Parts: sequence; structure tokens; C-alpha cells
Amino acid sequence: MNMMSEAAVEKALDKKMTDMSYKMIGNDVSVYYGEKRALFDVNLNVRENTVTALIGPSGCGKSTFLRTLNRMNDTIEGCRVTGKITLDNDDIYDKEIDVVELRARVGMVFQKPNPFPKSIYENIAYGPRIHGLARNKADMDQIVEASLQRAGLWTEVKDRLHEGGTGLSGGQQQRLCIARAVAVSPEVILMDEPCSALDPIATAKVEELIHELRANYTIVIVTHSMQQAARVSQRTAMFHLGQLVEENDTDKMFTNPDDQRTQDYIMGRFG
Amino acid sequence: MTDVVSSPAGVLAKPARRDIGIKRRYAAERRFRAYGIAALSFGLLFLALLLWSVVSKGYTAFQQTMITVPVEFSEQVIDKDNERATDPQKLMTANYPIIARNAVAKALGVAESNTADLRAVNQMISNSVRSQLRDMVVANPQIIGTTQTVSLLAAGDIDSAWKGQINLDVSEDNRKVSDKQVGWMNQLAEAGALAKHFNGGIFFNGASSRPEAAGVGVALIGSFYMMLIVLVLSLPIGVAASIYLEEFAPKNRLTDLIEVNINNLAAVPSIVYGLLGLAVFVNFMGLPRSASLVGGLVLTLMTLPTIIIATRAALKAVPPSIRAAALGLGASKMQTIFHHVLPLAMPGILTGTIIGLAHALGETAPLLLIGMVAFVANYPTTPMDPSTALPVQIYMWANEAERAFVERTSGAIIILLLFLIVMNVGAILLRRRFERRW
Amino acid sequence: MSTPLILLALAIIAIACYVAGTRRALAIAGGLSSNLHSRQGYYGSFVAICATVPAAIVLAVWLIASPFYINSTVMSGFPEEVKTQSEAQQGLSFGMVGGLARGMDVLTLEEIDAVSANPAELRSLLGTKGVALAGDPEPWMVVSAGDLNAMQKISSRIMTAVVLIIALAGAGLSYVRIAPRFRARNRVEKVILSALVLASSIAIVTTIGIVMSMLTEATHFFGRVSPWEFFFGTVWDPRFAAAGATASEGQFGLIPLLAGTLYIGFVAMLVAVPVGLFSAIYMSEYASPRVRSIAKPLLEVLAGIPTIVYGFFALTSVGPFLRDISAQLSGLTTGEYANFIQAQSVLTAGFVMGIMLIPYVSSLSDDIITAVPRALRDGSLGLGATKSETIKKVVMPAALPGVVGALLMTASRAIGETMIVVLAAGVAARMQLNPFEPMTTVTVKIVSQLTGDLEFTSPQTLVAFALGITLFAITLCLNIYALFIVRKYREQYE
Repeated sequence: MNMMSEAAVEKALDKKMTDMSYKMIGNDVSVYYGEKRALFDVNLNVRENTVTALIGPSGCGKSTFLRTLNRMNDTIEGCRVTGKITLDNDDIYDKEIDVVELRARVGMVFQKPNPFPKSIYENIAYGPRIHGLARNKADMDQIVEASLQRAGLWTEVKDRLHEGGTGLSGGQQQRLCIARAVAVSPEVILMDEPCSALDPIATAKVEELIHELRANYTIVIVTHSMQQAARVSQRTAMFHLGQLVEENDTDKMFTNPDDQRTQDYIMGRFG
Repeated sequence: MTDVVSSPAGVLAKPARRDIGIKRRYAAERRFRAYGIAALSFGLLFLALLLWSVVSKGYTAFQQTMITVPVEFSEQVIDKDNERATDPQKLMTANYPIIARNAVAKALGVAESNTADLRAVNQMISNSVRSQLRDMVVANPQIIGTTQTVSLLAAGDIDSAWKGQINLDVSEDNRKVSDKQVGWMNQLAEAGALAKHFNGGIFFNGASSRPEAAGVGVALIGSFYMMLIVLVLSLPIGVAASIYLEEFAPKNRLTDLIEVNINNLAAVPSIVYGLLGLAVFVNFMGLPRSASLVGGLVLTLMTLPTIIIATRAALKAVPPSIRAAALGLGASKMQTIFHHVLPLAMPGILTGTIIGLAHALGETAPLLLIGMVAFVANYPTTPMDPSTALPVQIYMWANEAERAFVERTSGAIIILLLFLIVMNVGAILLRRRFERRW
Repeated sequence: MSTPLILLALAIIAIACYVAGTRRALAIAGGLSSNLHSRQGYYGSFVAICATVPAAIVLAVWLIASPFYINSTVMSGFPEEVKTQSEAQQGLSFGMVGGLARGMDVLTLEEIDAVSANPAELRSLLGTKGVALAGDPEPWMVVSAGDLNAMQKISSRIMTAVVLIIALAGAGLSYVRIAPRFRARNRVEKVILSALVLASSIAIVTTIGIVMSMLTEATHFFGRVSPWEFFFGTVWDPRFAAAGATASEGQFGLIPLLAGTLYIGFVAMLVAVPVGLFSAIYMSEYASPRVRSIAKPLLEVLAGIPTIVYGFFALTSVGPFLRDISAQLSGLTTGEYANFIQAQSVLTAGFVMGIMLIPYVSSLSDDIITAVPRALRDGSLGLGATKSETIKKVVMPAALPGVVGALLMTASRAIGETMIVVLAAGVAARMQLNPFEPMTTVTVKIVSQLTGDLEFTSPQTLVAFALGITLFAITLCLNIYALFIVRKYREQYE
């Protein structure tokens, strides 16, 4: 991608951003693990076709918040969520909302690459298959190829689609997991420190991928690395001790934050 | 910064949702879950059925119908020529059942001339009155000529009938208790002579072909000896073997082989241990068959792998930091293990041992092969004497045809299960009490 | 001295050595134990070990070896006409001599003199003393018995002397070695280590014992009956013959027993696998912690119940129930109240065995299923899969090798199970396919061939060992293969 077109893309996206269309809105979101409260009345909105980075020191609740967005917290025993989170104006914690459908719309990529112990093809095909997205084999082949293309993995694996997904390198595995998430055609992709288990080169590839995915998806990414947040996101939210400290344009956040704590964290005074 | 902005999505038409078959998939989800619940309920249902079947059949075994009547120890019958001073055999061989029969007949008002009725009366009392009365007389010859009130065991069929286990509605020819005997039974009961009492005999008596006199006394002693042998041998050997394998053994082919070997031994069918015991201990070493010593040795070999596996797990659970701390203070490896690691692993080891013992207590098959299926009426005094074991006694009684034996068998099973419950609860308490999380 | 007395003496020597060694070590160190290389107790233990261990080893070897030597010497002293007899006959004669020798121990000298002239009276005399003889002793047997007793006495005396001398020598030699720089602890620990090694070798010895003992007896069996007839014979009819009679050898075909074993095991697995697997899945994936904490131990109670109890349950409850219900069914359909299910049948035994196996399947597969990493589950759930889809398409395929291993282990247990089939399967060795009819298994036949009087020379007895080694081989293969699979499976996720 050359400089020109990249600038064009940025411009188009920025224009879109000014529309201020919120994909997901979190209102007074609190999370409890048993008796312990992990998140305190967080109000955070996620804009459409934007990469939102969640930063903050360990244990600040950023991953917890991320997991409330597609209700992965449901799988943890004793976890309780209060407040309201909407996806396109639907309350995702409403009784009417189906968690399976929600997760089909809000996909997730995990901290550690977790490919299924199946072939690369089957890893990608799994989501479309359970949701019945492909009518026939040709359809499925197409979805698999498209997803791998999007994840920038196609050229690397197209000759060994039927070999085990666990045989890939760490970076490839994580891109496979992203391709797997993309294959379901979600509207939002949540990424929980997707590069923490990867080396710098693999990290660069994944970051590049996030950048490209932004055109079609709304992305929320949790990261430990400030540089990464600066590189990939347009909006950044800073968490501390279970509270949302500040949410701002990434550029502003890293140059002139509103909150002293953000300043301290970015300067490396704690965390 | 968190200003509330109304989403334009509310204004725009919602995009058409993809059909991802939610309804159908949730039906499958519910079905799958129902299978799980059904399977679990099936297992638990049969646990309940099994226990219910044993308890409902067996709780009556702890009661025994007795006929309490004044018994005249007639000198006429016991020793009419007054030879007991010169011939000690006289008191042993006297016709005691006649005394008992006469006593019951008198209580019922049956004429001494009516031989048919007398025979029917005789059938109502257990044959074991012979030894019961004989022991009374031998212990105290003074009672000859006197009348004593004695509780006599009712015969097995009368016992079953009185407990309502024999269907008295079928025609008289097809059951073992006649109408006349039923009438007598009621007559005695009304007079307060026939009643159910606590049956201590089932705990203390030895083998008997008469269900009313049979008990698990010998089997309990035999099982006790065997458990003692298993405990004394398998605990130290098992712990020693585990310590070596877990703490000292180098990782090489040989220890790998031992490892596979132990896991395999834990899964070898128990009957194979019986064959081993028969061939090695009985045939080759010449130890006596039916002895609880052989049974104990066989069960030891069978229990060892279980104990070793449990002990190794307990040793493994002790964190390496403890070992490092002791070694760092200059303790030798052996001291570290015996002073620190072993005491910390002890609760786990003991829990494993108790569970292994409980398993050995209920084991039957190998004991059948080494001849513990024996009719043993006397208590074994040493582990070398012929004996039987609790589960083997259950097996032998299960093969008896009489109705009263079904009740006894269930009663013996209840005793066995009680022992197992006590052991397992003990193991659980031990684990709860000393459980340590690192 | 008798053996228990010698052991007691050794124990006393050990205690004395411990005390003496400890004292001397402390004395040499001038009362300060820090001057010693090891704690003073190790010096005491060292002396005690040197005194008792070699002596005990000599004692054990002597006790095992001397009877062989004495017996062969006595047997070589038998009259020529006895020596030409068959081995079994010689064995019988030797048994008589042994009995006589034991009997003569309890007689007084005068009594021996009185009866040695008339051996026939000896038997009745010994009878009154509580020693039963198999037959009337011959005069030469009395002589041999005398020899036997004399040799045993001499052997016992020499043994006592040798053992005690070795013990005292060991004590003395080690006592003088005590010195402040002497590394007593290292020596003692070496001995403890050898004891540990010895203990762990018991596992190997047991396996060797199983294989050797069964192979030996099975070889004797195959000397009488050809392996071909055993392994491929389709008729099982061992025909118990009177002792010594060789007229009818019977037929020992393994196939019908194996068929019954596998058929009943198959029925059992048919019950246990779905129930156990679904219980495990439900408990590990769906049940709330409360339900799990109640249901799991309850299900494990099923595993703690002795198999004899299951056998009794099958015999008195399940069998009659199936029989009666089948009679009712046939009455309703054909009008004739004839039971088509026998009380003892493949179905009864298999069904009850299946119930017994449920907890094995469920707890083994529970372990396997929980070993599947959470990340895989999250990956699938995060894509919007339902719980059951995640289980069916991700968790179970990942757990499959482990589950297969667990099922193989369960199958090996089904094949080796004895008490349930003894009571509920029947004894008829038949080859047929109707699950409502009785069939028999390898284990049932091992039990029935070995209960009652045994004669270690007849094929009717020996066949049990051939059956045993077959059973052992089958379960060994299943277990080792299963262990291999499960081990590989676990390594994958560690």
C-alpha cells in the first residue's frame, strides 16, 4: 500500500468518523466477580469502523470490559454484569437477545492463539458451518479463501489448507484465529492483547492486518503496549483500578491527555 | 467525553439480520442437555435402586424371631442313667432338641401322643437349639432337673413367615409353613412367647447351613486379619517404592518400564491375582489353602499399585520449594524427604491407602481361587487357620436357595457396605482436614 | 532355636547395637555431637544394620534352600523300588514321610520304640495325637522320617549358630570403625536407598510372578492338550473326571468362553459408554458447582460398591425382573405367558456390569474433558457457537484420543470382571447370538475350574491357568495401548 492511497483511506475514514455513529454504547457498566467488584460504572462508546484501544495497567479491568461486549464473561462462574450495553441500540444483556447471535456479530480474538486441533481449512470453516453461512462446498471454499486473504495468510498457507492449524508459527496461528473470526462476518471484532504472545515481526504483521480490517469492521483492542495503541487505534480509552479514566482521540491522548493519571501512565510512572 | 449521542441506527432501518438458525440450534442445545441429565439420572437412579433393593431385603436380617418358653431340663431325657460323672460324652450327645420341642409343645398345649403335631412343632424350632441347650448344660450341669426360661431360635421358615416374607395366601401345599403352624405362631405371639428380637447372631456366629443360625463372625475375623496384613505390608512397601520412583529414580528405560508396569498392574483383573496366589503361595510355597494369610498376601499385591499411584501423586503435590529450602540448609536428600516431604504428603498417602483397603475389603474373586470358599464354623485363632471373608460369605449365601438366606445375604451386604462407608467417609474427612493448597 | 526366636534375638542385638553405637560415637566425640560427621544416631543405626542385615539375609537363604537340600537327600535314601516309581508316586511317599516326621516329633521316645516294630499301629497312635496320615506307613518310611527329623534338627542348630556368629561379627567389626570423621549417615542412607529400590522392584517381581506362574502351569496344560485345540476349539466340555482317571480328557475350546466374554462386555459397554460419557459431559460443562459437588461423589459411590453386591443385585433383582417382564410382554402379544428372557442371561449380566462401569467411564472421561484447554472452548464460544456445538465439534474431537483410551481401559475391566458374571451370566458354554440366553465367560470358568478339590496334574485344573494367561494377555494389550494413548494425549496439552 503506497503512501498516497493510505492517506486517501485515512481521509475517507476520518470523514466517516465525524458522522459519530456509535456501534456499541456502554452505560454505567459494572462487573462483579462474586463479591469482588472489577469494574465501576464505565461509560464508553465504541465508534463504527474505528479501532478503539483499551489501555491501562494490569488488573485495571480493560480485558473485563472487553469481554462484557460479547458476553464472554457469561462463561466465568460467579460473574455478574450491571448497567447497559447496546449494539446498534439493542441491549445485549436483554433477555430477548441471544448470546449465540450476539457472538456471531461480535467476534473475538484471544490473547493466546487458540486454533482448534483441526486442519487450517476446518478452523476457518467451523464458524460459517455452525451458523449455516455456506450453502455448499464451493461457497465454503470461497469463504475460507476470502477470510485467509483478509487475514493476509492466504499466500502462506494455500498449499497446506488441510494440514493441522497447530503446526503454524505463533504469528500465523494468531492470524489464523483472526481469519477464523472474520469468516463469520462479524460487525465488531474484539481483540484481547492479540500480540502479547508474538515476536516483533509477527506483531507487525498483525498490526498491519488490524489496520486494513478497520475499513470493514469495528475493532476494540486491549493492549499493554502504548506504542501499539498509538500505531493501530484512532480512539483510546484508559482504565485504572476498574474505572475509565479518560477516553479520547488517540493523537490527543498521547500528546495532551486531559487526566493527570493518563499522563503518568503514558510517561511510565506506574503500570 | 462520554456525552450521550443518540445512535443514527435508531433512525435508519435496521440491516436485515442473517438467519443463523437460532431456533433449531437451541432445540439441539436443549436436547443435548437433556441427554446429559437423563444419563446422570439413570446412573443415580440405579444407585438408589441397588441400595434400596439391598436395604429393603436385608434390614430384617438384623431381627430374629425367637420363641421364649420355660424349658424343663428333664433328667429323663438328658441323662436318665445318671452316667454324666463317668462319661463326659453323655452331656455332649444328649437329645436336646426333644427338650426344646417338648417345651414349645407344652406351651401350645399339644398332646405328647400326637406324633404328627409334635413333628410339626419340631419344625418350628431351629436345629441350632441343640448346641444352644448343650452349651447351657455343659457350662452349668446343675440346671439338669430344673426349668429355665429360654429364648429359642425359631426355624428359618417360621422366621420368614413371621416377618411376612412368605405369602400365606397361596395354597398350603405350595408353601413351607402349614396353616396349623401359622395358627400356633399367632397363639405363641399372643401369649407373648414369640417375638422378634435384635439378631446379634448375624455378627458373631460362624457358618451354618441353617439361615437362622448363620452369621458373619468368622468372615469378619478373616477379613480383619487380611486387612491387617494388607495394611502392614502394603503401606510401607508402597511408600518406599513411591519414594524411590518419585524422588530418586533416574529417568531411564528401566524406571519407565516400572512405571508402565505399575499402571498396568493396577488394571490387571483381580482374578489373575487369585491365580498368582494359588500357583505361588499355595502350590509352590506350600502355605495352607483357605488361610487368611494367603488372602492377605494376594490382596497386598493387588492393593500395592493403587497405593503407589496415590502416594506418588501425593509426593508430586509437595512443591519443589520445600525440597529446595531443606536442601539449602544442608539436609541430605534422604533427610529432606523423610523430614519434610513425607510428612506433608502423609494425608494424601493415608487417603489413598484407606481407599485401597476399602477396595481390598470388597474384593471377592481372587479369594475364591485360594479356597476361602469354605464352610468354617469356628473362629480362626491365627491367620494360618482356615477362614473366610465377608464378601466371600456373601457369595456363598447368595448361592443358597432358601428364602431366609436372601435376607441374610442382604444383611451381610449391609454390614459390608457400612464398613466401606466408614472407611470412605474417614478418607474424605482426612482429606478435608489436612488438605493443603500450595 | 526356632525361627521366631532367632528373629527375636536379632531384634535384641539390633537394639543393643544401636544404643552401644550411639554411646560410643558420642564418647569418641568427647560428648560434643558437633565433632561428629553425622548425628550420633546414624552411628548407632550403622552398627545395628551391619549386625542384622547380613545375618537376616543368611537366615532367609538358609530357610529357603535347606528344605530343598534335605528333601533331596532324604529322597535319595529311599529304597530302590520306590525310586523307580513315577514322580507323582514318589511325591505321595515323600508326603507320607513328612507327615510321619511331624508325628514322631510329638511322640515320646518309648512310644517310638514301641511302634517302630509295628508301623500299622503308628497311624492310629498318631491319629489320637492329632496328626492324620494318608495311608499306612511302611517300615522304610519310618526310617526315612527319622533321618528327616535328624537332619532338620542339625540344620536348625547350624543355622542358629551361623546366624548369631554373623550378627555378632558384624556388630563387632562395625563398632570398631566408629570414628568422628566416619561418614555414618552416607552409609545408612545407602542402605535405606537399597531398601527403597527393593520395594519398587516388587512391582516388577509381581508381574514376573504372574507371567511365570501362569506360563508354567499353562505349559503343563499344553503338554496334555494341544494349543490348537485350546485356542481354536469351539466346544467347552472339560468333563470332570475322578482323580487319577485318565479315560476322558474332555474338550477345552476357548472360543465359546471368549465369545461370551466379549458379548457380555459389549452389552455392558453399550450401557456404560453413553450413560457415562453424557454424565461426564453434563457434569463438566453444564452442571452448577452445587449439583456437581453432589452428583459426582454419588456417582463415584457406584465405583466403590464391591462387585459381589452387583452380582447379588443382578441375581435377585434385575434377573427376575427381566424374566417376569418378558413373560408379561409375551403374554400381552401372543397370549402365552412364557418368559423369553432367562433370569441368568447375557442381558442381565451385561446390563448390571454396564451400571458398574458408568463411574469408570464418567470419571476417566471427566478428567480427559477437563484437560481440554479453556482457550479452545473460548475460541469456539467467541465465534458464536452454542455450548453443545462447542462440545460436539471442538471439545470432543480434541478429547477423542483420550476418551478412546479411557474406553479401552473400561473395556479391559469389563473383560476381567468376575463376580457379576459368576452370579448372573450362567455357566453354559454356548455359542449363540441371543442376548436373552445365558452364556459364560473366561472368568466364570476360571472360578468353576478352581473351586473344590484341586489336583495340579489334571488338565481340568490346569486349564484355568491357560485361561488366566489368555485373559492377562488380552487385558495387558488393552491397558498398555490405552495408557500409551492417554499419555500421548496428556503430553499434547501440557
